[in-house]
Amino acid sequence: MSGGVDSAVAAARAVDAGHEVTGVHLALSPAPASLRQGARGCCTLEDARDARRAADVLGIPFYVWDFHERFADDVVDDFVSEYAAGRTPNPCLRCNEKIKFAAVLDRAVALGFDAVVTGHHARLSDGVLRRSVDSGKDQSYVLAVLTPEQLALAVFPLGESTKAEVRWEASTRGLAVADKPDSHDVCFIADGDTRGFLARRLGERPGDLVDAESGAVVGRHGGAFGFTVGQRRGLRIGHPAVDGKPRYVLSISPATSIVTVGPAPMLDVTAVHAGPPVWTNGAPVLPFEGTAQLRAHGAVSGARAHLVRGRLVVELQEAQRGIAPGQAVVLYAGDRVVGSATIESTG
Amino acid sequence: MLPAAIQAMAEQFARVGNPSSLHAAGRESRRVVEESRETIAAAVGAGPNEVIFTGGGTESDNLAVKGIYWSRRDADLRRRRIIASAVEHHAVLDCLEWLGKHEDADVTCLPVDALGRIHPAELRAAIEEAPEDVALVSVMWANNEVGTVQPIRELAAVAHEYDIPFHTDAVQAVGVLPVDFTASGVDALTLTGHKLGGPVGAGVLLLGRDVACTPVLHGGGQERDVRSGTLDTPAIAGLAVAVAGAVGDRSARSARLAGLRDGLVRGVVQRVPDAVLNGDPGDQYLDGGPTRLPGNAHLSFPGCEGDALLMLLDARGVECSTGSACSAGVSQPSHVLLAMGASVDRARGSLRFALGHPSTDADVAHLLDVIAPVVDRARRAGMAGTRRESVSVREHTTGADRSEAGGPAR
Repeated sequence: MSGGVDSAVAAARAVDAGHEVTGVHLALSPAPASLRQGARGCCTLEDARDARRAADVLGIPFYVWDFHERFADDVVDDFVSEYAAGRTPNPCLRCNEKIKFAAVLDRAVALGFDAVVTGHHARLSDGVLRRSVDSGKDQSYVLAVLTPEQLALAVFPLGESTKAEVRWEASTRGLAVADKPDSHDVCFIADGDTRGFLARRLGERPGDLVDAESGAVVGRHGGAFGFTVGQRRGLRIGHPAVDGKPRYVLSISPATSIVTVGPAPMLDVTAVHAGPPVWTNGAPVLPFEGTAQLRAHGAVSGARAHLVRGRLVVELQEAQRGIAPGQAVVLYAGDRVVGSATIESTG
Repeated sequence: MLPAAIQAMAEQFARVGNPSSLHAAGRESRRVVEESRETIAAAVGAGPNEVIFTGGGTESDNLAVKGIYWSRRDADLRRRRIIASAVEHHAVLDCLEWLGKHEDADVTCLPVDALGRIHPAELRAAIEEAPEDVALVSVMWANNEVGTVQPIRELAAVAHEYDIPFHTDAVQAVGVLPVDFTASGVDALTLTGHKLGGPVGAGVLLLGRDVACTPVLHGGGQERDVRSGTLDTPAIAGLAVAVAGAVGDRSARSARLAGLRDGLVRGVVQRVPDAVLNGDPGDQYLDGGPTRLPGNAHLSFPGCEGDALLMLLDARGVECSTGSACSAGVSQPSHVLLAMGASVDRARGSLRFALGHPSTDADVAHLLDVIAPVVDRARRAGMAGTRRESVSVREHTTGADRSEAGGPAR
């Protein structure tokens, strides 16, 4: 129970379903701030109080579990090292994979619980993970990293409801978090300044911005980790390109600190090479024909996937932009999640 | 709360009259307050003028530590050093930290032995580093977590050899140990209502007549010009009844609690052979009382996380605590156990069982019925969440191997 409306309603529905429910709030920061700032941060003391208050209204026991060390190791350090390696990680996905449905789940099962219930917007029944009915709030992308064994012990009670329905239900249940704003951004970067956070962790590593077409050095930067493939703003390129068109980050080379930029069409990706896949409900017939999503809330493309020496290769029907190594490619059959893999390179 | 204390408060709630007012109703309230003051003074061996009513133990500790520090420092600017034990309650520790940050205080921390006890020789050595620098000494009478009773009379005598005032937080002691303010020789003593059957939010600082103490709260100067604020007549009346009652039947109640406690400890260790009692065993005498708080049983369960034990016991109707909780509800390893030389894991795997006047043989028997399976389950849950526990294992296993990687299957 994060202190938000989704997990509060998920808990309420679990109680209604007749389960013996215990509320757990995860403390993921060694020194949580007292008050929430805007929509950022998700483990302030204020959030813990909101979660406890919801548990009180539901009449369920409530405990704070301290996972800040595991979170630091498995999510925050991973986030930093992925950026340092020139990749673009998704920490929410990593948190689901390593914390919520691994460390927390293991502990819960060992303590005698049968399942972990969360407020994720996704449908799960008979081992089949599907998109939420609320396409705007669907979180199946960040759950696609879960194995059948993890999903067997997970319950997502909100998948058949829209966010508006969840908020309405919270207010009718007397849950004070009904109107609490949604959280956005990376929860452990309270000020939202990812680049500043990485610079503090990694130090300045200056390098060149190089134009992919001309090979010319068009600017300098303080650290390649501050860039994401597809990024346009904040490049601070001294000279406009010859064609006068905007430049985008095409690739990042941490070894040389070179950030390559180029025009939008060069961002187009029609194939991704990814690591070993995780199949959420067993391996599909390969090659797999369906759709692929390459970013949280990103566009969906028709896709054909197969394995090459155990690694996933996905060909896209429609070219996608802003696809970076480190992100997950998630395969869907209609609204059903088939599996995922971490992108290693694009073509 | 003691029924008699509830009754005393209820009678006063119906009354109007600020005890500081001069009219008839005020005088009647004043009489109740002053009789309560005399009752409390008599029960703890102090003079009525030495009783300062406060809003509880935290306020009394703040007033004593900050107030005496300020007065002593202002009288002689060299006196910026405060000597305190490493196992103080946060109401004292956090005052010291604040004084260090904002008022230029230096804190000398007195070490404790493996039982959590401070030795007078350590205090003497700490003072001898620079006797003229010391503003005050603060050592709790008995530790709230592990129950160890301190040699307060002897420690106060050492401080007095150097004319240094001595404060003690006796919140845990009054009503269960023989506490006599004058005989102990201390200059300031904190007590509070809710630990002895009285109301929450009502406390006392016993402050010797000649001990200078700068106020923390400024205003009407109601309490000897050391503490301001309208006196809470109902709470004071309830507090007096509770203190008198607790002190009056102290011997019999303490003996009963010690019996229950010993049964609890013996029974738990029988059922969980590697469980370890923390703190003094309580089988000796010190200044006419036992060396451990009679209602305190504090045990470590190796390989368990205290949080898991607490949750499992809570679900089975046993209410206990893991030591010092912080405001988010995340338990930190106890500074008391760490000061006693315990490892972080041992500190994390500890529980405090507090027995009080409503506790019964049946309560202890119920705990003994459930403790072994609870510890067994908590142990299997391990210390999940602590750093890099099963990560390396997990990375080389699939989900199907979960029972081996992270914990057993049900």
